[in-house]
Amino acid sequence: MNKNPTVGVLLSRVRVEEKLLLQELASRGVETKVIDDRTLVLPTEHRPDLGVDVVLERCIQHGTALYALSILDGWCVPTVNTYEVAEVCGNKLLTTMRLVRHKVPAPKTRVAFTPEAALTAVEELGYPVVMKPLIGSWGRLVSKVNDRESAEAIVEHKDVLGNYLHSIYYVQEYVAKPGRDIRGFVVGDETICAIYRYSEHWITNTARGGRAENCPVTPELNDICVRAAKAVGGGIVAIDVLERDGELLVNEVNYTMEFRNSIDTTGVNIPAKMIDFVLDVAKRAKN
Amino acid sequence: MTVGSDAVKGEIVSCPDCGAELEVTEITPVALALAPEAEEDWGE
Repeated sequence: MNKNPTVGVLLSRVRVEEKLLLQELASRGVETKVIDDRTLVLPTEHRPDLGVDVVLERCIQHGTALYALSILDGWCVPTVNTYEVAEVCGNKLLTTMRLVRHKVPAPKTRVAFTPEAALTAVEELGYPVVMKPLIGSWGRLVSKVNDRESAEAIVEHKDVLGNYLHSIYYVQEYVAKPGRDIRGFVVGDETICAIYRYSEHWITNTARGGRAENCPVTPELNDICVRAAKAVGGGIVAIDVLERDGELLVNEVNYTMEFRNSIDTTGVNIPAKMIDFVLDVAKRAKN
Repeated sequence: MTVGSDAVKGEIVSCPDCGAELEVTEITPVALALAPEAEEDWGE
């Protein structure tokens, strides 16, 4: 009889990260079911019978992840991460509010609901500012706004061309980075590793060409990353951290973290740590 | 292009010539399809 729980991996496509996670599960002999979100049908009226003890969510689409988790969590199917974490991390405003409420340092942020108020928010913070869509990743549609003319143009484009969510204007102070930012990987109560992301461009995402180097996890970095993780609900999350004159600020929290560029860079077996956590969640749920 | 023997259905592979992302849609025999472009809510 298999002592290990059965792990469901909810995914859209098998990218490098999902392949590594599946290989880690296979290497431990863990019974694994791949659940393709493109063919998944979930009932709402009763507990979904997926035949697994825990679901590791690895969807590529935030909407799919969010609503699948809402049903699974609603029926007490253990998931990593939880619906709460997906809901909060998938929305920059909700993330900001959690960080603020938990006193985790973050860039100053203003939110407005009309183009006119958005321009007021921009000028209140002072140029340059950063405007971001509430939902989105990989630095898409994130704009550095240097002056009034740029602000007017971006606000008009968002108002005319975007869906309704683009008319909720999220404006953040621009933090001048020292050519890099930090990504901390949190699993449970620990920042297991971190990388510096270097780029000539102000957007440093490795998905956008940023270069990764190992970043030592100092007690200060561990503290802010773990506090940010707890603020959004905990689990397995990647924390984007900005440095400003020796101060650390949490910029974003990612709940379906990508880590392909960070295993060799840090020397930490990130998928192994993730699977340890997933199995622990399943075991705790069984007891 | 060559697909590794450990490839799984749904895996994303890159064409070594043009860099296009392809999805493994079948294993035996191997079939590939152009992977879809990123959409607005794709990401981490």
